Amino acid sequence: MAKELIKGNVAMAEAAICAGLEAYFGYPITPQTEILEHLSARMPQLGRAFVQAESEVAAVNMVYGAACTGARVMSSSSSPGISLMMEGISYIAGTELPAVFINVMRGGPGLGNIAPAQSDYHQAVRGGGHGDYQSIVLAPASVQEGIDLTVLAFDLAEKYRSIAIVLTDGSMGQMMEPAELPEMRPVKRQQTDWMVSGTPGRPRRTLSSIYLEPIYEEKANLRMFKNWQTICANEVRYKEYFLDDAEFVIIGFGTSGRVALSAVRAARAQGIKVGLLRPITVSPFPTQIIEELTARTEAFLVVEMNTGQMLEDVQLAVRGRVPVEFYGRPGGVVPFSDDILNEIKRISATKLKVDTNPRASWLERALATG
Amino acid sequence: MVTLTKPDFVNEETIVYCRPQAFNDVTTHYCPGCTHGVAHRLIAETLDEMGLAEKTIGVAPVGCSVFIYNYFETDFVEAAHGRAPAMATGIKRVLPDRIVFTYQGDGDAVSIGMAEMMHAAARGENITVIFVNNAIYGMTGGQMAPTSLPGMKTTSSPLGRDVELQGYPIRMSEMIAQMDGAGYVVRRSLHDPKNIRMAKKAIRTAFEVQVHGLGFAMVELLSTCPTNWGINPVDSLKWVEDHMLPTFPLGDFKISAEVAGIKS
Repeated sequence: MAKELIKGNVAMAEAAICAGLEAYFGYPITPQTEILEHLSARMPQLGRAFVQAESEVAAVNMVYGAACTGARVMSSSSSPGISLMMEGISYIAGTELPAVFINVMRGGPGLGNIAPAQSDYHQAVRGGGHGDYQSIVLAPASVQEGIDLTVLAFDLAEKYRSIAIVLTDGSMGQMMEPAELPEMRPVKRQQTDWMVSGTPGRPRRTLSSIYLEPIYEEKANLRMFKNWQTICANEVRYKEYFLDDAEFVIIGFGTSGRVALSAVRAARAQGIKVGLLRPITVSPFPTQIIEELTARTEAFLVVEMNTGQMLEDVQLAVRGRVPVEFYGRPGGVVPFSDDILNEIKRISATKLKVDTNPRASWLERALATG
Repeated sequence: MVTLTKPDFVNEETIVYCRPQAFNDVTTHYCPGCTHGVAHRLIAETLDEMGLAEKTIGVAPVGCSVFIYNYFETDFVEAAHGRAPAMATGIKRVLPDRIVFTYQGDGDAVSIGMAEMMHAAARGENITVIFVNNAIYGMTGGQMAPTSLPGMKTTSSPLGRDVELQGYPIRMSEMIAQMDGAGYVVRRSLHDPKNIRMAKKAIRTAFEVQVHGLGFAMVELLSTCPTNWGINPVDSLKWVEDHMLPTFPLGDFKISAEVAGIKS
């Protein structure tokens, strides 16, 4: 297909259709509503299921039901709505079902605002709902990547019977860029030995997240974690920019990673040897490449649109071997590339020590500059 | 599937009672005198008679009947508390030619799952809901339910339900009947054989409504909880008649013209 100028939310919605989305259940919330609106027209047109649910709670449980049949199913929302979905997401994880969610993040906590933010990182990569599970979390930094990762989310969810989340933000959802949609794949419900279908001629099937005997729940937890280890071993994705000779490495995902790239280019123009690592999968996290970079990097700078969430994962990978600095803009504020450039200059000009609490020193600087 | 073996001395003509094919041969986990078993059996008999078991997907609730799937020879999924109608919606929308039913207690359907139930009815989802009302929370040990009667003593209304502080019982069937998407909404009781037979007929109609695609169908069944009511099984049946019927009158609250058509 040819490139077209397309809005992020619409692009992800249409990408889901191309990937064979059979059923969508959602609830309006800014800044993701165009996903629901687009699918409200397209899904019935294609003879596929669409329901505007009475709440995110209902929507996620409709997803749960449809996922039990082996159908490709998805919901989308923005931060407060994703919080509401966490009950169902935990049940879907506990039943080991594939399902895709798109979180177009906005400022929080609480009602917050409708501006772009990355403050649901912890919620997404640590599981979010109750119980012991983890989800695959993909973070696009362009409309094209939003398309590609939405398609990938379905494939990975199905491959691993896992939840896959496209973790993006209001700026990605609202921006228009030239992008290319993939070929339309046919709707093909997977045939598995676990899906319920009310089909004659085979023993009955039950899908449940209940294991009343702790010993069986423990077994289920271990099985899920083993699956997660397989995902970690095979599905880590990231993008490297100017890392070959980089003395300093910025790490940022999604929008903050994209803005950081502009800053890196500007810094390079000024002769500063800085590179960028942009995680595509923030879960599983690209720990190994960061460990490798630690051996040849003077310092890391983590840039996020929150108060330092992915920072903790970077620190776990770096393990105090070189300094890790932080720059964040929480609450719905998107950093300017000049802000990040100033941070790059500060870091390259300062003899940094291994700071055990980069969040605290960042906060001091942030409060001082108002 | 369990095949029933018939003793040699039994002729076809003399079999008057056996386990429905849609039922599994397992020991019940319900308390003595609980009417969940009766309700389960009525559903199983209906699925047998209509030949639906092999195309049916049940949606289990949270509550005493959380393990309902152990008893049925059909596919089953287990919903989160109160979300069964939403889960059933998800299944039915991708498998419209299958039979999807939920089985829910009063805490599940009327308290935590009120919204999911009302909206499934408003959308006219082609699902069948069996709603078992025993005016108390059974599984968690006898707390006040949204259907508990005024003055009723429970472990969370130890002095009796004080309507000034704890509100009034909710009549779910009457509310659901207001939804244009509902095709069939009735209340029956399981407290004596005559009412059990009427309940059976209603359950059959509720599945027929789904087979014909005539919208949301719900059968409310007044049921007992001897354990948490603290009275014996026989007195419990009497308690339904004496105390629940005045608050929850039996009757047909919604029979759409289309449904009336298939009934006649």
